Amino acid sequence: MQTVFSIAIDAFAYGMVLFVISIGLSVTMGLMRVVNLAHGAFAMIGGYIASYAAQDLGLGYAAAVLLAVFGTVIISIPIERLLYRRIYGAPELTQVLMTIGITFCIIGIANYVFGPTLKTIPLPPLLQGSADLGFRSIAVHRLFAIICGLAVAGGLWYAIEKTAFGVKLRASVDNASMAAALGVRTEIIYAVSFAVAVGLAAFGGVLGAELLPVEPYYALRYMVTFLVVVSVGGAGSIPGALLACLVLGGIDTTGRYLMPEFGEFFFYLAVIAIICVFPRGLAGRAR
Amino acid sequence: MKRAIIAAFAAIIMGSGAYADTIKIGVVGPFSGPFALQGKNFKAGIDAYMAMNGTTIGDDTVEIIYRDLPAADPAQSKALAQELVVKEKVQYLAGFYFTPDAMAVTPILKQANVPLVVMNAATSAIVTKSPLVVRTSFTTWQTSTPIAKVAHDAGVAKVISIVSDYGPGIDAENAFKAGFEKEGGAVVEAIRMPLSTNDFSPIMQRIKDSGAQGVFAFLPSGPTTLGFVKAYNENGLKAAGIKFFAPGDLTQESDLPALGDAALGIQTTFHYAVSHDSPENKAFVDAASKAIGNPAELSFPSVGAFDGMNVIYKMIEATDGEQDAQKAVDAVKGLSWISPRGPVSIDPESRHITQNIYLREVTKADDGSYYNKEIQTFEKQGDPGLAAIK
Repeated sequence: MQTVFSIAIDAFAYGMVLFVISIGLSVTMGLMRVVNLAHGAFAMIGGYIASYAAQDLGLGYAAAVLLAVFGTVIISIPIERLLYRRIYGAPELTQVLMTIGITFCIIGIANYVFGPTLKTIPLPPLLQGSADLGFRSIAVHRLFAIICGLAVAGGLWYAIEKTAFGVKLRASVDNASMAAALGVRTEIIYAVSFAVAVGLAAFGGVLGAELLPVEPYYALRYMVTFLVVVSVGGAGSIPGALLACLVLGGIDTTGRYLMPEFGEFFFYLAVIAIICVFPRGLAGRAR
Repeated sequence: MKRAIIAAFAAIIMGSGAYADTIKIGVVGPFSGPFALQGKNFKAGIDAYMAMNGTTIGDDTVEIIYRDLPAADPAQSKALAQELVVKEKVQYLAGFYFTPDAMAVTPILKQANVPLVVMNAATSAIVTKSPLVVRTSFTTWQTSTPIAKVAHDAGVAKVISIVSDYGPGIDAENAFKAGFEKEGGAVVEAIRMPLSTNDFSPIMQRIKDSGAQGVFAFLPSGPTTLGFVKAYNENGLKAAGIKFFAPGDLTQESDLPALGDAALGIQTTFHYAVSHDSPENKAFVDAASKAIGNPAELSFPSVGAFDGMNVIYKMIEATDGEQDAQKAVDAVKGLSWISPRGPVSIDPESRHITQNIYLREVTKADDGSYYNKEIQTFEKQGDPGLAAIK
């Protein structure tokens, strides 16, 4: 029984870290209809900024996180203006080619500027060490990741479903020209959503750095995992992504505990099964 | 007719060039991509050797030609080697970070009349594939066997083995198991996990449940190592007194700043620590740091490359710059010298390097940096892996 609880806790923690990193991609792919393979690259930029701020500038963790999120958003603004704006509504292949090109450029630049070694983001004393749950101990930063994941999920759901901005965003996505005719400034809506998605990527990159350490090939190494979460959850659906992360995190962790030799067999088996039953993902909307 | 005359002249010029030649050495390694750091270390070791020993041997000038092979890719490796031999007319092939890449090149050595000096690839079998292969790095068997004795001497009787599921990981598992059972210990469980594992918490839970007193681990150096060591600390294994044993790949110097306090006290066995205390190593580290730019990036492949160059220089001396692969290889059999890592020799039988293996512990220096402190020496270790595959 204890083992079951143990695995459940690990699965929950891993799922929430996955959620925080992947949710930004769900927003760009589902709401903005851009297959943004550079998502991991933005997460990596966030990680690098936080690492630089905390280690070389000596800033605190909270300041480093904020700097990472806003710094990455600022870096992404010219990229959105000059590059992404051309591929909104373009065929998927064009989007894939463009964003993977951006990814390789960012990898090259990161390698040149920061070097090929691993970078870490020092945690504040509050988040270091482990907490005792009675039957086992768990790293405090994982609890922090769980809380952040829940907060992000709640906040995004509220913003998209309950606010005027969310209404405009959904309108622009469903029918851009009609929304524009009704006076919605779709360009601004897109720019803001893109900034939010990039900011979330950066936040996830920093938060997940303990599990997925920051190094130049971060951007490619974890791309498949992010894409799987989004496609299983259903692009653009917050509850879908959350459910996907918990299910996949659970299957992955259990499989890894019971039969590590099989590797990611169970993970991908689950992905195939879910996609067969729900081709648009667990909570995907029909186009 | 004219063309024939030119060809004849060319043949004469090339044939008579035995004196004052340029001797080309083709080095294949990962100089870009995820493993670029290791390629950089190759280059740093080679540059350091040439800076300390000059670029001429007698009347001959040595020239290095680098070829980039970003990831393990045997077909591409063979193509690059062929191109180096046919087009660039190299007399020596060297480098090779990954085992499959080195294996792919062995079949062409005889026909090309070119010796291969392996500067890293660490699977025992490579030297058996061709009599023209010499290795100056280490094998996973060689570095993983002594840790079994260390574990036993520390009073640990039951160990769980956790390795990444790929060639060197399986080598490490077998080497440790063989060594530890010979000492009278028991490996209670042997787990192979996929290379792409990010979250090690379930593995740590598994270690706890196994009731082992110690864990033997092998993962490729880089991001996964960091995750594994952190998980070991955070899941309370360190606090529970479960001891951690591994070969030195896990605590390579360039990863130590990232591992930080999490790695403190971890004991590993390996053939080289940048901190090794000897005048030879001090001179080497000075020269190699200059070559690599950032001293924090210096790691074990540099010393394999440095000693590889030493072997090649000896080969060039012995053959007087003529291309004679067998004579060159024969000349270095039994060769012994003082390397930056300590006294080493080339075993005449296997053509693999015999060297000291050191037990090291990750320690914090006075200036706050971390290093591998050598605390015990296992002298003149051969490669036990060769006996195991026979």
